[in-house]
Amino acid sequence: MINLPIFPIVIPALAAIIMMFMPKRVVIQRAMALGALVLTLIVSLFLVHTVSIDGIQTLNLGDWMAPFGITLVSDMLSALLVTTSTLLTLFVVWFAVHYFFESYEGNYLYVAMLFLLVGVNGAFTTGDIFNLFVFFEVFLMSSYVLIVLGGRGVQLRESIKYLLVNIIASALFVMSVALLYSVTGTLNLADLAMKIPLIENQNVITAIGVMFIIVFGMKGALVPLHYWLPGAYVVAPTPILAMFGALLTKVGVYSIFRTYTLLFDGNGTFLQTFLMVLAVLTIFIGMTGAIAYNDVKLIIIYNIMIAVGVILYGISVNTQTSLEGSLYYLIHDMLIKAVLFMLVGMMIGITKSGLLRDMGGLITRFPMLGWTFFVAALSLAGIPPLSGFFGKLLIVSGGMDEGELFAPILVLLSSLFVLFSVMKIFMYGFWGEAKREYDGPLAPFAKRLVIPVFLLLAVSVAYGFGAEWIHPYITQAIEPLVSPEIYIDAVLKE
Amino acid sequence: MEVFISIIIGVLTMCAVYLVLSRSLLRIIIGTALFSHAAHLLVLTTAGLKTGDAPVLVHGVTDYTDPLPQALVLTAIVISFGVTAFFLVLAYRTYQELNTDNMEEMKGTETYD
Repeated sequence: MINLPIFPIVIPALAAIIMMFMPKRVVIQRAMALGALVLTLIVSLFLVHTVSIDGIQTLNLGDWMAPFGITLVSDMLSALLVTTSTLLTLFVVWFAVHYFFESYEGNYLYVAMLFLLVGVNGAFTTGDIFNLFVFFEVFLMSSYVLIVLGGRGVQLRESIKYLLVNIIASALFVMSVALLYSVTGTLNLADLAMKIPLIENQNVITAIGVMFIIVFGMKGALVPLHYWLPGAYVVAPTPILAMFGALLTKVGVYSIFRTYTLLFDGNGTFLQTFLMVLAVLTIFIGMTGAIAYNDVKLIIIYNIMIAVGVILYGISVNTQTSLEGSLYYLIHDMLIKAVLFMLVGMMIGITKSGLLRDMGGLITRFPMLGWTFFVAALSLAGIPPLSGFFGKLLIVSGGMDEGELFAPILVLLSSLFVLFSVMKIFMYGFWGEAKREYDGPLAPFAKRLVIPVFLLLAVSVAYGFGAEWIHPYITQAIEPLVSPEIYIDAVLKE
Repeated sequence: MEVFISIIIGVLTMCAVYLVLSRSLLRIIIGTALFSHAAHLLVLTTAGLKTGDAPVLVHGVTDYTDPLPQALVLTAIVISFGVTAFFLVLAYRTYQELNTDNMEEMKGTETYD
C-alpha cells in the first residue's frame, strides 16, 4: 500500500470525471458523489491508522527520488486534516442533496464540490511548493464555479471581487515561489527546509517569509487582507457557504502552519512578531464584526475570522503546547463552522430573511433545529466538555508559558464575544414570539435537512468528549512541526 | 541582463496595479493579465538568464539553460489562461445582468437567499 497517500486525491477526482459525462442524471450524480466520499473517508481513516503505526508516509510520484520529483507526504497533520475535510464534504453533500432543486444540481454541482475536495486534499498532502500552488488553483477554480452557480445579480457581482482578489494572490504566490527558487534552487519542502538555514543572507528569507504570509493570509482572511471575505461568503448558497467556511480559509491556515514551522523557523525573529500582531488584529476585527451585525450569516462569517486569528496566534507562539492547541482548535473549527453555517442557512430558508429582527419563536415549531443550534453555539464558544475547549486551553497556556499576557487574555475575551454573538442568534431567533407564519422554501424539508447537521454535530461533540483518546494523534502530528528533522528525514531518506 | 528584465517586470507590475485600481471592469481584467505576465517573467528571470542551449538533449552540447522554471511558467500560463477566460465570461454575464461595467456601481445590499 505504498500508494496510500494519493488515494484521497484520486478517488474524488475519478468520480468527478465520470460524473461529468451525465450532468442531468441527478440521482446517479448524488449516489456517485456520496459513494465516492464514503470511500475516500474510509481510505483516509485507514491512512490515519497507517501513519499512527508506521510513521510518515511518503510517495515519490513516478519513482523519481525525493528532491527531483514531486513527493506526496502524509504525516499525521495532513492525514488528520484530509480526514476532516472529507468527512465535512460528505455531510455537506448529504445536506445539499435535500437542499437544492434538481434543476440546480444538474449544473455540475457535485462535480465542482468533488474537485474542491481534490484541491483541498491535495494541498494538505503535497510536499512540493509549486504543486501546492497548483492544488490551490484546483480548489480555487472549483470555488469560483460554486460561488457563481445560479447566476443571480449579487452572486455575479461578488464573484468578480472574489475572483480578482484570488488572481492577485495567485500571482503573488508564483512570485514568492520564484524568489524562493532563485535563493535555494529547489522546490521540495523538505529540501527547502534543509537548504534555507544554509543561506548566508537571512534577511532575504525573512522577506520571502513575509510574502508567503501575505499570500496565505489572503486565502485565510488575515486582517489587512480580509476585506473580500464577508461579501463573497454572504452571497453563496448555504451548503456552498458551509464548505467554503469550513475548508477554504483553513487551507491558508494550514499552509502558514506548514511553511512557518518547516521553512521559516522563526522563534524570536521578525516573522514571529509579524504573525503575532496580524493574528491579534484578526481576533480584534473578527470580534467587532461578530457583535456589530444583526444578519445571522455575517455573524458566523466574522466568527471565522476570530477562529483564524486564534489558530494563527497559537502557531506564532510556536511551542509544543500552543501548536497542539492550534491543531486541536483547527479541526474543531472546521467541524463546527460547517454545522453552524448549515443551521443558520436553515433558519434563513424557513423564515425567508437573514435578519434577526424578522425571526423569533422558532423553537416551538422546530425544537430539533433549536437544540442542535444551542449545542453548536456552546461548542463554538468553548464550554468545557465540548470540542472548542481543549484547543483554546492549550493555546492560552502556551501563550502564558512564553510570558505573554495581552494576547492570551484577548483569546479568552474573544470566547466571550463569540458566545455573545451566537447566543444573540439563539435568543432572538428561537425564543420569544413568532413574528409571522414561517413558510419559507425550506420549512417542509426541515426534518430531513437537520439529520446530517445533527450527525456532524455529534461527531464534533464526540471529538470534544474523546479529547483524551485523540490526544496521542495530535501529539504525533505536532512532532514533525516542532522538530523538522523528522519530516526531512522521512522525505529525503536514502 | 537580469537588471534590465527586472526593471521591465517592475514597470509591468506598476501598470497592472494602476489598471486594477481603475473603475472599468475590462481595464481590471487587462491589469490582471499584465500582472500574471510580470509573475511569469519573474520566474524566468530569478532562475538566472545564463546563455546556454535550449534544454533539449542534443549530442555534444553540455551547457543548457535551466529547464525547471520553463516548466513552472508553462503550468502557470495555462492556469492563468483558464482563470482569465472564466473572468472574461463572468464579466460578460455581469454586464448582461447588471447593465454596467463600472465597479463603483456594483454595490448595495439587496437580499440574498
